[in-house]
Amino acid sequence: MPDTMINMDLVTGHYNYWLVVVLMMTGLFITVSRGNLIKKIVGLNLFQTSVFMLYISMGKIKGGTAPILTDDPATVYSNPLPHVLILTAIVVGIATTALALALIIRIRESYGTIEADEILEIEHQIDDPDPSPTNPANALMARIRGNR
Amino acid sequence: MSNLPALQIILPLMAAPICAMVGRPKFAWGLATLVAWASFAISILLFLSVRDGTVISYDMGGWAPPLGIEYRVDVLNAFVLMIVSGMTSFVMPYALKSVASELHESQHAYFYTAFLLCMTGLMGVAITGDAFNVFVFLEISSLSTYALVAMGAARDKRALTAAFNYLIMGTIGATFFVIGLGMMYMVTGTLNMADLAQKIAANGDSRTLRMGFSFVLVGIGLKLAMFPLHLWLPNAYSYAPSAVTTFLASTATKVAIYVMARFMFSIFGFDYDFQANTMQFIMLPLALVAMFAASTVAIFQEDLKRMLAYSSVAQVGYMLLGMSFLTQLGLTATVVHMFNHALIKGGLFMAAGCFIYAVNSSRIDDLKGLGRIMPWTSAAFVLGGLGLIGVPMTAGFISKWYLMQAAFELDWWPIALLIVASSLLAVIYVWRMVEVLYLRDLPEKNDVRAVPLTMLVPMWGLLLLSVYFGVSADITVSAASRAANALIGASNIFWQSGG
Repeated sequence: MPDTMINMDLVTGHYNYWLVVVLMMTGLFITVSRGNLIKKIVGLNLFQTSVFMLYISMGKIKGGTAPILTDDPATVYSNPLPHVLILTAIVVGIATTALALALIIRIRESYGTIEADEILEIEHQIDDPDPSPTNPANALMARIRGNR
Repeated sequence: MSNLPALQIILPLMAAPICAMVGRPKFAWGLATLVAWASFAISILLFLSVRDGTVISYDMGGWAPPLGIEYRVDVLNAFVLMIVSGMTSFVMPYALKSVASELHESQHAYFYTAFLLCMTGLMGVAITGDAFNVFVFLEISSLSTYALVAMGAARDKRALTAAFNYLIMGTIGATFFVIGLGMMYMVTGTLNMADLAQKIAANGDSRTLRMGFSFVLVGIGLKLAMFPLHLWLPNAYSYAPSAVTTFLASTATKVAIYVMARFMFSIFGFDYDFQANTMQFIMLPLALVAMFAASTVAIFQEDLKRMLAYSSVAQVGYMLLGMSFLTQLGLTATVVHMFNHALIKGGLFMAAGCFIYAVNSSRIDDLKGLGRIMPWTSAAFVLGGLGLIGVPMTAGFISKWYLMQAAFELDWWPIALLIVASSLLAVIYVWRMVEVLYLRDLPEKNDVRAVPLTMLVPMWGLLLLSVYFGVSADITVSAASRAANALIGASNIFWQSGG
């Protein structure tokens, strides 16, 4: 087999990691690219969930059973520690999501929108449209802002 | 005595829900203040008992490490604990009037609840010897920080979006950190820091380890506002209530710097080229860019708190610079600057809070001529500003002195010159405030409230301490030097000596 061909072992042997990577990048991309605050949170949740899956799949041992103590010393157990860690991380994720949703409600109440670009426009209007004369560099800054 | 490390965390953790349940503002403030002072006393006791280099190892719940969660106190941890609890003790008296004027009364009890939780999280990060525990405490402090920042909405609704953006960035950072931990766990099969250090040294270099290192670096970089990852910081600091800004600016980034130092030096070590190269060829240039770019941006700000926030990004640059020298002297400079900058920036943000209390604005234009009717606050601001620049006899000078010595030790004199040059940028933005406060005329119609003594005293306390530690730096420098020894030199010897 020539070297240039895709190393199938790398793909099939680590398929769980490939799935995690795809999910992770999807989540991160949604978080960064979407303007809707709710969609941002959906992306963030996807991103976090992919990490949970990374941990959980890494604790799996081939032929291993659920980590419940049996009398048979030959039993192979999966590693329970990553699962326990992820229980904690899930709790953190829920708290983050709840707080984010609460913040979105407050933002909707005071801005009347949950679209990031509309919020940004409202915030620009709050900023003084007439820059202060104490700073000579403000003329320059205003020009940069105008061009953007 | 032997349970002090646990008490350090449990005390504020238990007090927080009590504040929320009782719900009376005065009671919540009283309890929070009491707990803050008690925590400060505990961390001083801890610091005194580990000052000579002993390491306290405390098994949480009686489970021995590396399986159980270990609380581990050495000079560096104790120093950071002292910064966090000490700053809380100073902020609490200040918060009484400042919070009363900036927040609605129904929010006060919850404010102190979140404040105590934030303090718990930060101290937990500093005291724990378990890598995953760091993540949990980091998120406790971050989640309560988001809530605290959002409370600034009573004064300016932009606090809500600032908190939201901080939440997004902070969560991405924390998740990166967890991914990094996962990679480290794959390589070593342990999460105890001491155990990790030994196993990483024993297992040799691998791509998984490198990825783990990079994820941890970026994740913590987001939390500590490393230069291109600092975008959440200016808004969060500008719109948060003044007491919160003071607390965050002087503790949150410092604790994140501590985590960075702990992971870089104690756990990863520099046995492999990849780690050392990352520090010297990525971190060092970024730190230099932060020093200049953030200071330059600070000059153009029209809001006092935002100006100080950008200055904080620049100051974080100094701390990262010291770290990226990878020498004992560089680390000493970083640790000293952590302490000194906490005092100086804490004092400066308190002064900004006093201005907000007096004229209900932090816009620099609204502060014209206040030097004449608010002599104490203005003088405090100037004193803090001098510290920020690094004028001799202030604490800021000590930091920069050691940073420059560290640069000279490596014969990197261009970097020493850059340190001086970036300090000159600080002169510009501090001078701009001096001009506005003292050389401009007071507007004829002014409505200035007298600032209460409970706000002036903590502010002056911090700034006078910064002068004290600028004149006699023996205590801080020797502690920082020992902390640097604990981190560097033989990190393995350090970790073995305690366990």
